[in-house]
Amino acid sequence: MTNKPVIAPSSEGTLSRRGFFMKLGILFNGFAAMVLAVPVVGFLLSSVARGRANGYLSWVPLGRVDQFPEGETRLATFRNPNVMPTDGKTVDTACWVRHVAGEKFQVFAINCAHLGCPVRWFPQSGLFMCPCHGGAYYRDGARASGPPERGLFEYPYKVENGLVTIQAGELPTPGAAIASLTGEKPPCAS
Amino acid sequence: MRIMIGKIEFAKIGDWFDRRLQLAAPIREAAEHPVPRNTASWFYVFGSAALTVFLIQLVTGILLALIYVPSAGEAWSSLQALNHQVALGWFIRAMHGWGSNFMVAIVLIHMAQVFLFGAHKFPRELTWIIGVFLLLMTLGMAFSGQVLRFDQDAYWGLGIGASIASRVPIIGPAAVKLMLGGPIIAGATLSRFFALHVFVIPGMLIAFVALHVLMVLKLGINEWPMPGRIVKRATYEAQYHALTREDGAPFVPYAVWKDMFFAAFIILAVAACAFYFGPFGPTGQPDPTIIQTAPKPDYFFLWLYALLSLLPPSLETPFLLIGPVLAIIGLILLPFLSGEGEKSWKRRPIAVITVLMIAITLGTFTRMAQFTPWSPHMNAWSGDPVPDRYIHGSTALERQGALVFQVKQCRNCHSIGNTGGQRGPALDSVAVRLTQDQLIRQVIQGGGNMPAYGNNLSPAETTALVAFLETLHPAKQSPARDGARDLVLSESKPNSASQP
Repeated sequence: MTNKPVIAPSSEGTLSRRGFFMKLGILFNGFAAMVLAVPVVGFLLSSVARGRANGYLSWVPLGRVDQFPEGETRLATFRNPNVMPTDGKTVDTACWVRHVAGEKFQVFAINCAHLGCPVRWFPQSGLFMCPCHGGAYYRDGARASGPPERGLFEYPYKVENGLVTIQAGELPTPGAAIASLTGEKPPCAS
Repeated sequence: MRIMIGKIEFAKIGDWFDRRLQLAAPIREAAEHPVPRNTASWFYVFGSAALTVFLIQLVTGILLALIYVPSAGEAWSSLQALNHQVALGWFIRAMHGWGSNFMVAIVLIHMAQVFLFGAHKFPRELTWIIGVFLLLMTLGMAFSGQVLRFDQDAYWGLGIGASIASRVPIIGPAAVKLMLGGPIIAGATLSRFFALHVFVIPGMLIAFVALHVLMVLKLGINEWPMPGRIVKRATYEAQYHALTREDGAPFVPYAVWKDMFFAAFIILAVAACAFYFGPFGPTGQPDPTIIQTAPKPDYFFLWLYALLSLLPPSLETPFLLIGPVLAIIGLILLPFLSGEGEKSWKRRPIAVITVLMIAITLGTFTRMAQFTPWSPHMNAWSGDPVPDRYIHGSTALERQGALVFQVKQCRNCHSIGNTGGQRGPALDSVAVRLTQDQLIRQVIQGGGNMPAYGNNLSPAETTALVAFLETLHPAKQSPARDGARDLVLSESKPNSASQP
């Protein structure tokens, strides 16, 4: 054993051979980490990246027009367009379909515009009520009372070949794109 | 003779290991390090109790993972199997569920005790800060654990989490997809919460608990605070070492026996709760097409549930997004803002009041969330009839009004005869508060927190309903009247039974 330090001191300002190799080693590992970081971050953010430009949305049929009597609001269910094998029943989603008249509909998300709990339609009092924090909405989805700051979320819909079809695929949330996309605008019946 | 040989053999085996591991000396040193005598107190057992519950959670968690399937399609039925098919599966689930309740409670008590005893002050600031992160991780474990119990409450609870996350400016929608692992609550969501609950957060917890305990050993346990003994950065450490030298005792066995007793007591308490109350859920299947559900969070988040119902809508988003950040920054800065000075709670009235205020606030909100007065009773209109005495001797019009009252589901939000919702005021004496005109206006236009029923009631229904509401007053109290109206119409009101 000698008393010589294994790593040469760099206090003299000169770079020793071992010091150089250690720095090179750190640099090399930094490079390897960066190479690895690209797929890791890409994997982690894949669900976000795919959601860009409404990549999750597609048109889903709800049922024939005559399944929804005029002037009434009925519960409909649909299967989310993106299904993974382990999703179980979670991909089946409910929504409220209000047949206003003729080909005019309103399709409301089941999720309360406050914090997403399932709202229930009460035809007798003409209100949607939320069981969680007490939000209430009128028959046209407008906010009636309680903590929600806005009306119910509406899916864009169209009537094609006698089928009511909605554009769905994302959980509607107060800040999400689908909400701002369709919340205030009239449905894009094409 | 045989026992002697056994002892010698054990000593030899022990020596063999220690020669290689060299752990006996540091362990003995840690165990026998001197602590101030007066810290051998029942007030000082909560830290080790939190560690004990954490160990219960580790063991029961691993046991549950032997059966549990983290798949959105199977998780619920694997929990049913644990409850009903696997021998004692229900007990392990119950231990884990009650363990989590105990862990949150004990961590909070530990935190309050440490704060009231001034243990966050110099030089234990970092111990406190790591403790703050341990609290956050404990809450993270509580929430993610609730998600793994993949039932209706878990499903809609995730929806609530996503709705909150979506309100973050700019990155909100992306945060939702990152949290859910996709566009909706589904298989990927459960899998990532499984990874968080089983790998990520426990790994961090173990590392942070180790650091936390290491620092308690290195810096010494906080001495019993004496009023008037002021902490100063320059002199504290010397004073503390003098204290442990002059009035110290080895941690083992002088102080540790209380920790051991309390640890055993906590284990038995968790087991007793598990045995007596059984496991939590799972409630209904996580099928989003079943909407007849009133989701509720677990015990430790009930206060938040109440808060979200009671905050004014405009305050909610700022509160949700800024509140937690401020609270965490406040907790982290605390030891720097009050790193010196008095430690004793007897000389720190603001500290005591703060702890009491927080405890009372959280307790009140938790209590309120247990009977949710803000939620409509969704089936009161069909379940609770109008009590007889309210329609006894009433006119045909008033009875028609009672019918409208029931059919239009006013009962879901308003109680009469003490049954019905509590969202709106009880209507037993509404006629004393509101005149006929005011009643009509309130029904048709709504206001306050009441929806407008103008579009949903015919004029005849409104007339009948208001006629019924006008009968709702105590027998000896006359209903409210608009004097000017009587004068203008120069006739008494039609419903003046109680008038002379």
